Amino acid sequence: MAILDVKGCTKTFGGLVAVKDLNISLRQGALYGLIGPNGAGKTTIFNLITGVYTPDEGTITLAGHEIQGRKASAIARLGISRTFQNIRLFGSMTVLENVKVSQHMRKSQGLMDAILRTSRLREEEERIERDAMELLKIFHLDERAHDQARTLPYGSQRRLEIARALATEPKVLLLDEPAAGMNPQEAVELMHLIKRSRDDFGVTVLLVEHNMKVVMGVCETIQVVDYGETIALGAPREIQEDPRVIEAYLGGA
Amino acid sequence: MKKAAFWIAALAVLGGLQLFVRDIVGAYNYQILVLVGINIILAVSLNLINGYTGQFSIGHAGFYAVGAYTCAGVVVYGQEAIRGATGFLPELGQNTVLLLVGLLCAAIAAGLAGLAVGIPSLRLRGDYLAIVTLGFGEIIRVLILNVEAVGGARGFSGIPQLSNFFWVYLGVVVTVVTVHNLVQSSYGRAFISIRDDEIAAEAMGVDTTRFKVLSFVVSSIFAGIAGGLFAHFTMYLHPNTFLFTTSFYLIIMIVVGGLGSIEGAITGAILVTVLLEVFREFGAFRLVNFAILLVLIMIYRPTGLLGSWTLVRAGRRPGRAA
Amino acid sequence: METFLQQVINGISQGSAYALLALGYTMVYGVLRLINFAHGDVYMVGAFAGYYIANNDAVQANLGASWMTAVVVMAGSMAVCAFLGILIERFAYRPGRGNSPYTLAFWLAIVGSSVGRMVGGSTPALLAGAAAGAVLGVGLDRLGIRPARQSSHLTLLIIAIGVSLFLENGGQLAFGADPKFFPEIIPTRRIQLGGLTVDSQRLTVLGVSVVLMVLLTLIINYTKTGKAMRAVSFNLDAAKLMGINTDRIIAFTFALGSALAGAGGILVSLLYPRIDPLMGIMPGLKAFVAAVLGGIGSVPGAMVGGLIIGLAEVMAVGYGQSTYRDATAFVILVLILLLRPSGIMGKRTSEKV
Repeated sequence: MAILDVKGCTKTFGGLVAVKDLNISLRQGALYGLIGPNGAGKTTIFNLITGVYTPDEGTITLAGHEIQGRKASAIARLGISRTFQNIRLFGSMTVLENVKVSQHMRKSQGLMDAILRTSRLREEEERIERDAMELLKIFHLDERAHDQARTLPYGSQRRLEIARALATEPKVLLLDEPAAGMNPQEAVELMHLIKRSRDDFGVTVLLVEHNMKVVMGVCETIQVVDYGETIALGAPREIQEDPRVIEAYLGGA
Repeated sequence: MKKAAFWIAALAVLGGLQLFVRDIVGAYNYQILVLVGINIILAVSLNLINGYTGQFSIGHAGFYAVGAYTCAGVVVYGQEAIRGATGFLPELGQNTVLLLVGLLCAAIAAGLAGLAVGIPSLRLRGDYLAIVTLGFGEIIRVLILNVEAVGGARGFSGIPQLSNFFWVYLGVVVTVVTVHNLVQSSYGRAFISIRDDEIAAEAMGVDTTRFKVLSFVVSSIFAGIAGGLFAHFTMYLHPNTFLFTTSFYLIIMIVVGGLGSIEGAITGAILVTVLLEVFREFGAFRLVNFAILLVLIMIYRPTGLLGSWTLVRAGRRPGRAA
Repeated sequence: METFLQQVINGISQGSAYALLALGYTMVYGVLRLINFAHGDVYMVGAFAGYYIANNDAVQANLGASWMTAVVVMAGSMAVCAFLGILIERFAYRPGRGNSPYTLAFWLAIVGSSVGRMVGGSTPALLAGAAAGAVLGVGLDRLGIRPARQSSHLTLLIIAIGVSLFLENGGQLAFGADPKFFPEIIPTRRIQLGGLTVDSQRLTVLGVSVVLMVLLTLIINYTKTGKAMRAVSFNLDAAKLMGINTDRIIAFTFALGSALAGAGGILVSLLYPRIDPLMGIMPGLKAFVAAVLGGIGSVPGAMVGGLIIGLAEVMAVGYGQSTYRDATAFVILVLILLLRPSGIMGKRTSEKV
């Protein structure tokens, strides 16, 4: 059974059809790429899945539960996490705190625990800190754990976004152009991190990316969308040779 | 155990000071000292919503008013019953029970008012939220103006003096410790994440509506307590004390000190209260120059006098007891 | 029924005065995204400027109680307010947006003059204090004490609150804290309209407001400066890149809005002649509510919002209890914003994710 199933989703803005009768099916543990020219509707799809928008038609199911129309925070708690194309870190917080925010939903502390600073809270805070540091180590951010997030270099900010998303312990991780603005070496490292997220954390990855090296290098299945509709679906090799894909990218030249 | 020691020490120090603080500083300065304390409670609590959660409320005076009138009303009208039920206690004990009952009611009433205002308003953003909170503050004031039982436009007099330096500064300690602990917990991280990026916070599973309302309610509760302490210190209340200009002064306190830090709010509250009191004899000159000072601080030091300098950064040092 | 129509007419004339004030809020918000809390106080200054012009000996001797007096009072007050608006923008809001010279000199001159007056009590002492303050300000500027580059939305808002406090208390010093009574510059006449009696003041208020609003609409829509204003309020940075002198346009917007506030001050003083330095607080707040109600940034919205608030207030007083008058505006505001979070005519904006 698919862990994430998008069925017949349509979303229009005014007269513009951003996503049209779209289907996406991710099986557990997939590394799944979603590509398409600029304005093809990829980010809209992410926003539909994560609850920023509600689809006009269609259903989205996560592990058997319909999630369309729910609040973004509720969907996040059910197990979908994401990164943002235009980085959205908590700039005034430290790197460590950024990750800790994501862990709050696993907390057992109540308001009174927090106000009275009970031993339960302190133990839990220590655990949260330990887990967060471990995660930062994997993403090579531990040395800057106590710096303000906005002071990090661009590539590190992208990595921190992934670490923060993983800290929610999602079932499905949505990455929105994680390699944007990275140099080739950083992109290679990113590919390792994405694979590791799947292998070590057991998440299913849905990746939107323009860097074809990264997409072809990471994804096992690729879906190509254009004007909100699927035009191709298959393994990287098949996609590269698909005439409709070439047409869409080269604009019928 | 550390905690118990902290509170016993706090009670002992404040109680000890209460015995002779008035004789040391004089009656006039004593009054200012207590007002400073009340303003610290107000500023620190307002900072929770405006500074940490990043929502711009200018309705704090409304919740302050709810607390003041509720506490005074409960005490004035419930005095006989409560004194009757606690007749076995000495006078001081009866007063303490009376004040605590009043403050509890004030906190509950202000918290409920915060909930009632917060749930609908906090969907709005920025300037719209600001003006709606201001509007609610004024609505609350006009409503009180029309309640004859608490004096209406004549003002509410005959309130017994129950609060003093000890109670006000105990209130300060409780407020500061609570807000400090709260912002150091996962609640505080949720608040700050909303301030930094609401959409990202929501995507990380933070139910932003819930946390906004929560910070609003906690903030209102302390405003209510400050109101109760104020009512039983000045012994007279008038709706015009709770005009939106009072909310403006509170915002000035937290911004002058530096938003989003407890020390900033405390510094701002002390500075603004003392400045305004010290120059009282200069009448309108005082406020003209205070206004200019405010404008200049904002132009030349927009992050507040303390700026980003703060002793305790939220969440930086976990496991600290207070 | 007739009393109802009477109330409607009263409400519309009251509302048109609110609309004039609301326009200033909305225009300033349009270009700077700033709630100019000092706007209501500019309106107060307008009323006092009119008071002093009308009572001026020269005006009294030459014009007396003719309609020319009314015109001179109106024009003079609008000019004073326009100038005040430009000063406020230049020395409070512009330095809040970035560096601008002589800021300290301006404010310290005022501090100096107030100290001079307090200590010396004479005009020379006042002037000496002002000069000393200005020199100190220029000196500090030379030493490198400059406005901070970064400024936030909030900073500007607090500056606005500061300017508002400054004008209110400065007004108490300059005009005295006691209320004054605005002279009757328009003779009161009762005019029969069908079964209704309308007094000439209310008709004047309505007529002048309509004329001013038409003028404003023409300026915004058909002049080059008006076009530039719209460009700036659409996108300040892009307008700057297109070669528009945004600082000048912002100053012009303040001048225009403040002149309307001055006119509003005169018109309201015709209806309610009691004026005092704190008179601007409540009308200012309500006019802002009117602007938000209509959708802040929208000029027709401000007009509609003003009318709604004016009508509602008059009705609340006429059919309800007058003590609730001041809450009417806010109750309407809360209700409308909860149903339509961006106001009646405001544009819905959502953040791009």
